[in-house]
Amino acid sequence: MPMPDFSLALPEIWVGAMACVILVADLFVPGKDRAVSYYLSLLTLAVAAWLTLDTQWGVRELTFSGTYVADSLGAILKVSIYGLTALAFIYARGYLKARDLLQGEYFVLGLMALLGMMVMASAHSLLTAYIGLELLSLSLYAMVAFNRDSRVASEAAMKYFVLGALSSGILLYGMSMIYGGTASLDLAVIAERASADNMLFVFGLVFVMVGVTFKFGAVPFHMWIPDVYEGAPTPVALFIGTGPKVAAIALFMRLVSEGMPSLSEQWQLMLVILAVLSLVIGNLFAVVQTNFKRLLGYSTVSHVGFILLGLLAGTEEGNAAALFYAITYALTAAGAFAVIILLSRRGFEADQIDDLRGLFQRDGMSALALLLVMFSMTGVPGTVGFYAKMLVLKSLVDVGMIWLAVFAVLFAVVGAFYYLRVLKAVFFDAPAETAARIEATAGFRVVLAGNALAVLLLGIFPGALIAACLAVFA
Amino acid sequence: MFEGWPLLSLLVWLPIAGGLILLAIGERAPGAVRGLALLTAVLTFLLSLPLWTQFQPGAAMQFVESVDWIPAFGVKYALGVDGIAMPMIILTTFSIVLVVLAGWEVITQRPAAYYASFLIMEGIMVGVFAALDAILFYVFWEAMLVPMFLIIGVWGGPNRVYATIKFFLYTFLGSVLMLVALIYLRYQAGSFAIADFYGLGLPMQTQVLIFLAFLAAFAVKVPMWPVHTWLPDAHVEAPTGGSVILAAIMLKIGAYGFLRFSLPITPDASLSLDWLMIALSLIAVVYIGLVALVQQDMKKLIAYSSIAHMGFVTLGFFAIFRILANSESGALLAMQGGMVQMVSHGFVSAAMFLCVGVLYDRMHSRKIADYGGVVNTMPKFAAFFLLFAMANAGLPGTSGFVGEFMVILATFKANFWYALLAATTLITGAGYTLWMFKRVVFGEIANEHVAELQDINAREFLILAILAVAVLGLGLYPAPLVEVMEPTLQQLIQVVTAGRVG
Repeated sequence: MPMPDFSLALPEIWVGAMACVILVADLFVPGKDRAVSYYLSLLTLAVAAWLTLDTQWGVRELTFSGTYVADSLGAILKVSIYGLTALAFIYARGYLKARDLLQGEYFVLGLMALLGMMVMASAHSLLTAYIGLELLSLSLYAMVAFNRDSRVASEAAMKYFVLGALSSGILLYGMSMIYGGTASLDLAVIAERASADNMLFVFGLVFVMVGVTFKFGAVPFHMWIPDVYEGAPTPVALFIGTGPKVAAIALFMRLVSEGMPSLSEQWQLMLVILAVLSLVIGNLFAVVQTNFKRLLGYSTVSHVGFILLGLLAGTEEGNAAALFYAITYALTAAGAFAVIILLSRRGFEADQIDDLRGLFQRDGMSALALLLVMFSMTGVPGTVGFYAKMLVLKSLVDVGMIWLAVFAVLFAVVGAFYYLRVLKAVFFDAPAETAARIEATAGFRVVLAGNALAVLLLGIFPGALIAACLAVFA
Repeated sequence: MFEGWPLLSLLVWLPIAGGLILLAIGERAPGAVRGLALLTAVLTFLLSLPLWTQFQPGAAMQFVESVDWIPAFGVKYALGVDGIAMPMIILTTFSIVLVVLAGWEVITQRPAAYYASFLIMEGIMVGVFAALDAILFYVFWEAMLVPMFLIIGVWGGPNRVYATIKFFLYTFLGSVLMLVALIYLRYQAGSFAIADFYGLGLPMQTQVLIFLAFLAAFAVKVPMWPVHTWLPDAHVEAPTGGSVILAAIMLKIGAYGFLRFSLPITPDASLSLDWLMIALSLIAVVYIGLVALVQQDMKKLIAYSSIAHMGFVTLGFFAIFRILANSESGALLAMQGGMVQMVSHGFVSAAMFLCVGVLYDRMHSRKIADYGGVVNTMPKFAAFFLLFAMANAGLPGTSGFVGEFMVILATFKANFWYALLAATTLITGAGYTLWMFKRVVFGEIANEHVAELQDINAREFLILAILAVAVLGLGLYPAPLVEVMEPTLQQLIQVVTAGRVG
């Protein structure tokens, strides 16, 4: 048997190796602020991005006996996940340090989770996808419980673990059915052999969909999201709310869209139900939240509804729209969490909407950043969120699902209400008298400003990213 | 000069850039901020004048610019103006100069952000009128909400939060449906250019749905009865400058949408639903006029009178089908009347709100009952206020008369009863405006606050004088405005009649 082509999987090999290096280096390098681990992690991400673009963009090749695929879809997913992970690292550092939580393990676990997402993005067999998913999930469980003295964090981690393990089990069960029906783990073979005539595949599909949409957090598999967002340390919530959502697109594209095209009629119907429920429940429950992190949790659910709408169109354009939506939403959400991190300090989490009161007068720059982020989530033009929504609507209209598009925009108006409530606290309310001075390093501010500007600039010049997303599926 | 200049782009981006610079300067130097704001506003206004002087008579789009923007979907950054859009753009740049002047000494809370909001808003509004691409139009259309949301919410009155969230949600709900309609039209036409949406020959049922989607967006903006309830709230709570922009420009954008989208894109639906539009317009004229009579709050009264006056605009636009059915001529007159009414209302309502603003700055009350005998202490102000009140009531010789008269005259050719109902405004309009004027300005000095009032200063005098000239000028000699838009409106009627499938 010939040797597999390792060069195609260079990014994964590099990230995996570096995670081990950082784990060991962290033990031997003194220093309380973990500068070496931190900068090595960022370097890892930068090099990985270069490797990915260099070896995987614009090609489509299989290796490791057809279990791993290097293609543009994987490349764009990975590069955006690197960026989101970098944001999660940068925003986290000061937060963790102030709480005596800054340990090298945070970066190692983050890189391991990243490796899991990368494997998912390049999976070409059921097992590869499953391994990637588990690597991601196990790292995330540990990260949620990173503040081991916090009871809410432990509770959130336990909830996340129990539900996550259950969904993984269901996913595995579904995979076993499909394997039973096709006698192959290879997704290309499965795509050929699976057909809607055999009920076995339909059942398998249902179970796989449960696993995939659990990762998305679509209704009715969303129960973990608000609790985990609220309980986890804010930088971890940021991490969970961004990269894994993009990775979930990968899981869907590989397992369902490419893996079972002949069952598209079945999974489209499932997606319609999931998307509609996510839009309704996510938006309506977000309206009544007073905790900003929980609000972001429910708002994530509603945005997942939009992503699923793009996927269910089933066209190249629809997939590209969903991809664009996931990437830009994750970028936007990172900005929202960053503002919470900015306002928090040791012993105080600024996670209530009331904690944002008068931010415009306390700190104009972060108020404007939050303005852009919230309007982007609302879908107001000038911010990138508008194009995300527009592309999804366009792909729906093009396949004739106009009423679904109308339904989606009506619930976007419901969404506007609670985003405006946040902005009302920021701009129109007077600051609480107890509000402390906001302290942040210059680096943090620069990255937050860059993050917000990216939301704005992508909202004015979205052409390049849209073209890249389209090129992936063309 | 100005040959080959990207004038429209300059008009969009110059104020936005000025606004961003103001934000960057921040609140450190209020004097410099005001000066820079005024400079930007005046410069933008001057740059908009060549649009008028170099405008070629005719219906074609002029000053056209077109650049690929999102090539993957054929979205273009395409700007251009015709006889409808050009006057509205000049009205916009003109109003912003007044707004900056009106806020001069009055806005003490965060003046840089205040002026920046208005300048950014100016660029966006010019963009709405100049956009030739549906997506570009929608981007500007929605982006307009953001500065207005902040203007009302930060600098508004006591109940501003309620008002601004209501304003945002109402208009947002209206416009998202339009977005779906635009995307559907793109699917049919294969391009996002607005001109390509004309004459598609869509089946009736589709047209009706698209018409209703547009109606949701534009009727809220105009606003038409019964979706007008956000307007009195927003006006009452907004700062004076916000009220002026709302009344003078933003309401016009709704009516502009009818001309640019509803009528030419869905002519059959417009024909078959014209009874609805006429009914809603007449309800606005008659019923809202009566509502205005009983208001206790001056700004609310003017807000309701705005709704009634905008009813004339929509009446003029949608009466054309019945007029065409009865006679060859008259349709053009109705449309011109609607357009003149739009411009005139831009001047008159701005002037009325500025007058109330002058009083509010001194007394911090908008209640009619708190005033009385203002003429004794503020004679110059009272003279201006009287002129604008007369214009609001439609006195011949003022701009308020021209538009209303043209619409009523044309409507006679559609149906006698429409014209009769519309003409009741001459009574109710005079009633609510003059009765308010009498209670506020005439009579004995009502209380010691009124006795202490100072007459208008030079700055306020300048603002009101400019508006007085505009109101009288348009009232006495409307021909230039009417002529400049005639070819465009003529062509629009052609599109509406020729483009019908049934």
